[in-house]
Amino acid sequence: MKSGTRAPNRTIIMTSKPRTLYQKIWDAHVVDTRDDGTSLIYIDRHLVHEVTSPQAFEALRVSGRKVRRPDLTLAVPDHNLPTTARVDADGAMLPIKDVESAQQLAALQKNAPEFGIRYIDAIDAEQGIVHVVGPEQGFSLPGATIVCGDSHTACHGGLGALAFGIGTSEVEHALATQTLLLKQSKSMEVRVEGRLGAGVTAKDVILHVIGVIGTAGGTGYVIEYRGNVFEEMSVEGRLTVCNMSIEGGARAGLVAPDDKTFAYVKGRPYAPRGAEWDQAVAWWKSLATDAGATFDKSVVIRAEDIEPTVTWGTSPEDTAPIGGTVPGPEDFADPSKADAVKVSLDYMGLTPGTLLADVEVQNVFIGSCTNSRIEDIRAAAAVLKGRHKADNVKWAIVVPGSGLVKQQAEAEGLDRIIVEAGLEWREPGCSACLAMNPDKVPAGERCASTSNRNFTGRQGPGARTHLMSPAMAAAAAVTGRLTDVRELMG
Amino acid sequence: MQSISHVAGRAIPFGRKNVDTDVIIPAHWLKTITREGLGRGAFEAIRKEPGNIFDDPEFTGAPILIAGDNFGCGSSREHAAWALLDLGVTCVIAPSFSDIFSGNAFKNGILTVVLPQEAVDRLLEVARTETIDIDLETQTVTTPFQDRFTFEIDPFRKHCLLNGLDEVGLTLAQDTVISGYEARAGRELPFLTGAVTAATA
Repeated sequence: MKSGTRAPNRTIIMTSKPRTLYQKIWDAHVVDTRDDGTSLIYIDRHLVHEVTSPQAFEALRVSGRKVRRPDLTLAVPDHNLPTTARVDADGAMLPIKDVESAQQLAALQKNAPEFGIRYIDAIDAEQGIVHVVGPEQGFSLPGATIVCGDSHTACHGGLGALAFGIGTSEVEHALATQTLLLKQSKSMEVRVEGRLGAGVTAKDVILHVIGVIGTAGGTGYVIEYRGNVFEEMSVEGRLTVCNMSIEGGARAGLVAPDDKTFAYVKGRPYAPRGAEWDQAVAWWKSLATDAGATFDKSVVIRAEDIEPTVTWGTSPEDTAPIGGTVPGPEDFADPSKADAVKVSLDYMGLTPGTLLADVEVQNVFIGSCTNSRIEDIRAAAAVLKGRHKADNVKWAIVVPGSGLVKQQAEAEGLDRIIVEAGLEWREPGCSACLAMNPDKVPAGERCASTSNRNFTGRQGPGARTHLMSPAMAAAAAVTGRLTDVRELMG
Repeated sequence: MQSISHVAGRAIPFGRKNVDTDVIIPAHWLKTITREGLGRGAFEAIRKEPGNIFDDPEFTGAPILIAGDNFGCGSSREHAAWALLDLGVTCVIAPSFSDIFSGNAFKNGILTVVLPQEAVDRLLEVARTETIDIDLETQTVTTPFQDRFTFEIDPFRKHCLLNGLDEVGLTLAQDTVISGYEARAGRELPFLTGAVTAATA
């Protein structure tokens, strides 16, 4: 392999021609550049969970390799854990019934200490979905390069980090070398400006964006979300938006860090402290895209055009405003998309022309790395307060993103509102986002879901997923059908 | 990693667009702690369809898969690449691939060949009855009907595939360069590169 010699001698903090936020983070992390345009990029934070890591640890063990920076690595189980009671009366962990799930958890419990990695166990208060835990612990930081063997790692971009999902071989590479060999992506700006209407949340914004750009619209790009809508959005809202960048094909999405970000990060357990904090903030402030920097692609959306949004098909780009109808194959000019729509509607059991607000749901899932933070739980509880789920809704669960979110929600009394409304209040985990643990949607039934993917079989074989915001999912629980949350707002 | 220079044989004329990794290998197959045996779960939902192409004995053990646009979109699960390998597939041809999937495929010695839609359409037709031949050295795909398509590939990836090189080993050999970066970044960005410790309560 050819190694360049320029990069190692270059000082990290550079001033040059106008650069984007992405370019600045990239430049600060180049370890080495090869002649073919690929670069060795330093990884500041590596999050590990039980599903995509066993084969990476196994490979390290076989080749006698170590983890280069265990202190920059954090492991936590999330995908496989049941969300029902996790401990017995004595506080001991209840065994996981599913043999394979138990085996994956056991592998992580063994691998983390063996390789000296910090580990949060299934029954620790800090346990949660890896993408909720990273920001919550102050482990994920603005300006950092963050990876995890999970495509929703883009989530951490909400803090202004360059964060992206990797496969298991890259997990092994990052563990062994604390670097990844990457080719720089093109840059894409998604600018949303104007005023969001009542009941329109971060989730509606990102669903709308994916509807506009399509699931391959961001392939090969890193997206920077810009404009007053993202500036005014809470940090948790930005995490929701960036989380679903991959659903638009982009491996990473990010929002420039600002005072709101710094306030969010400050004081968290692994956040910088003292003089390092001041040094960090000074650098983070320098990261915003320079005036005059250019993007390879630009998409501009008016905030006023975004309504509470739901999906009707089996691709995250199949979005429609809740006031709309189910489209038909003839509504799509591209013949292969028209064919896909036909298959999709058949799977979803929907007839073109049906009012979305007439579609009944039997299940409601509020949770996932996209929407399980405290603001999400509050938004759902605000709709559920003093109401009760409809009789046709058989299964409705609210799954906090972490043990700390759970504690906070309980301190605010949100769990009582949820339970009184007839929904279940669960233990933290990935839950019904993907059919890997006991939380599944039965075949042929519909689920109003705050997760990120409506793929065929994603929530269980034959399950029919409609993606939406926490407030919209709560509204669906109350009425038993897809519902415009604005009808329930006071 | 197995080196790869030439793939020849039957090609599964799949052709579907936007095939996501949940279709290639559903999530319930991810509960494994090894890389083997995932072929049994590959395209599970499609294989429930009567007359599906994957269970056509004509294509059993075919080393090539021809797919539509945006193949491998969705999750980062490397299990998708392992499932294909377990099926015996070492080359996928499509008009485009998701970024993560093509990276995972490469790291497992699967060659991903990007060709224009017209070329893919032609290969889908030929593959019904004939074999297809892919030569990595010359970057060409040929058929018994004298079709000849050339494809682009990243030179580093080509080099690694041809020589079966292990990326981790290659990078570990650059240890001094990485240490140099850590020393420099440790001074300039200590809050990122320095040792991470928890605040004491």
